[in-house]
Amino acid sequence: MAASALRRTPVAAPAGVARLLDGVRDDNRPVLLDEHVRLYGPLEPAADLVATLESSGLRGRGGGAFPVGQKLAAVAAQRGRPVVVVNATEGEPASSKDRALLRLVPHLVLDGAAAAAAAIGAREIVVGLARGRSNERDALVAALKERRDRARWSVKAVTDGFVAGEETALLNALSGKEPKPTMKPPYPFERGLRGAPTLVQNVETLAHVALIARFGARWFRSVGTEAEPGTALVTLSGAVRRPGVYEIELGTRVSELIEQAGGATETLSAFLVGGYFGGWTRDAAHPLTVAGGLGAGVVVAFPADACGVRESARVTRYLANESAGQCGPCVHGLAALASGLEEIAAGKTSDRRLHLARWAQQVTARGACRHPDGAARFVNSTLTVFEEELALHLRTGRCRGRDRGVLPVGSRRG
Amino acid sequence: MKRLQIDPIACDGHGLCAELFPEWIEADDWGYPIINPGPVPPGLEMHARRAIKECPKVALRLVSERG
Ligand SMILES: Cc1cc2nc3c(=O)[nH]c(=O)nc-3n(C[C@H](O)[C@H](O)[C@H](O)COP(=O)(O)O)c2cc1C
Ligand code: SF4
Ligand code: SF4
Repeated sequence: MAASALRRTPVAAPAGVARLLDGVRDDNRPVLLDEHVRLYGPLEPAADLVATLESSGLRGRGGGAFPVGQKLAAVAAQRGRPVVVVNATEGEPASSKDRALLRLVPHLVLDGAAAAAAAIGAREIVVGLARGRSNERDALVAALKERRDRARWSVKAVTDGFVAGEETALLNALSGKEPKPTMKPPYPFERGLRGAPTLVQNVETLAHVALIARFGARWFRSVGTEAEPGTALVTLSGAVRRPGVYEIELGTRVSELIEQAGGATETLSAFLVGGYFGGWTRDAAHPLTVAGGLGAGVVVAFPADACGVRESARVTRYLANESAGQCGPCVHGLAALASGLEEIAAGKTSDRRLHLARWAQQVTARGACRHPDGAARFVNSTLTVFEEELALHLRTGRCRGRDRGVLPVGSRRG
Repeated sequence: MKRLQIDPIACDGHGLCAELFPEWIEADDWGYPIINPGPVPPGLEMHARRAIKECPKVALRLVSERG
């Protein structure tokens, strides 16, 4: 396309840790295409993006932490023209980083999707956005009007819900079917939208792709750790002065993140890392890495006077209610996990802890999707980290903490 | 060698398979089958095939290791 003389980007790569969020406007309006190009330079066709992504070490930011280059290679190796699907569902109640990207820097996400599509020979790009996200939708539609790509773009509204973001549930929703997961194989990379090999990638993942396509793998690896290079967006909530979306270097410690957010507003007792598929830790020095538990980037600073048992019971009930209701172990097992934690929280005398550990093990790897695995991980870490509180509940029927609603559970979809 | 795989969406949990192939399948606390994730030894493959054939929901199948 462009003459090779023009390929030299006149723009320097972001030098600091603010990469994705480097261009965010003070008035929080979406960055327009010309501003975007002034900041990052134009998106030129990258010579071998799949190989570049493989050596960049970028992992998916939708929770699965799968190596991105490897997924593109798998899609490209299939027969038939592939399709790209942008997973913009962000169903986790405590997460808002994907929405922030769509609203503030939509062209970064769209560039990433366009670059990935070009690299695997796809012409069609579908953005699956949860219904009711009108600000994000408006930003996307306005941004698409500014662009001159060759790709065929569409923005589709899909049902909101925790499991609706699972990739086969999203593909079903985009095909007009019920937004529920299906059995794998076939995986989306083999048979996805209308049977075509389909690349499903998270919003933030694609924003990183947009910058790796411009500045290369070595630049991407210049921050972060050897095993987990680059930056990641984190949605930080709980008892901190400035909750919100932060861009961190991977390997950053929880305590450093909290300092960035102005510090804690009260004494903290624990941290939830990785959201409701993640786990609790008491260790403020815990390093944040995508494959090491950060997942989709949710961190909650948990205050000491909140009750970890009651709040975790509420989250577990939420996860049980969000089950797609298709697989026996998920339906029965998650409900049992929630009831068990609720019984302990309410100080019912029977000690359910051994049952809970057994059930968490029994539901793991037993569903058509990983929803039960995530819920089991969350319950297991509750049992370990809040061991003392659980014992106190069992002994006395209560504890010093309260259910303050620190962990949001959203409203059940209609 | 092959692994025995279950489609948990199709399975209704009545547990017929666990009766037919107890060496490889046990019931969980709600009666749903837990399948041994390892490769089925050739000597047991006949039992696996019988469970597959008898499953009223066609929820079981043998997949090759890489599958
Ligand atoms: C229960 C469940 C919910 C999920 N929700 C989301 C979600 O809201 N957003 C997302 O990007 N990925 C979600 N995923 C992960 C997707 O299935 C898929 O792995 C991801 O979109 C791939 O993109 P990535 O590799 O760029 O992360 C979810 C997975 C599960 C099992
Ligand atoms: S494991 Fe649970 S959430 Fe996933 S498909 Fe089965 S019932 Fe639905
Ligand atoms: S026989 Fe089939 S339907 Fe019955 S429990 Fe076994 S797998 Fe499920």
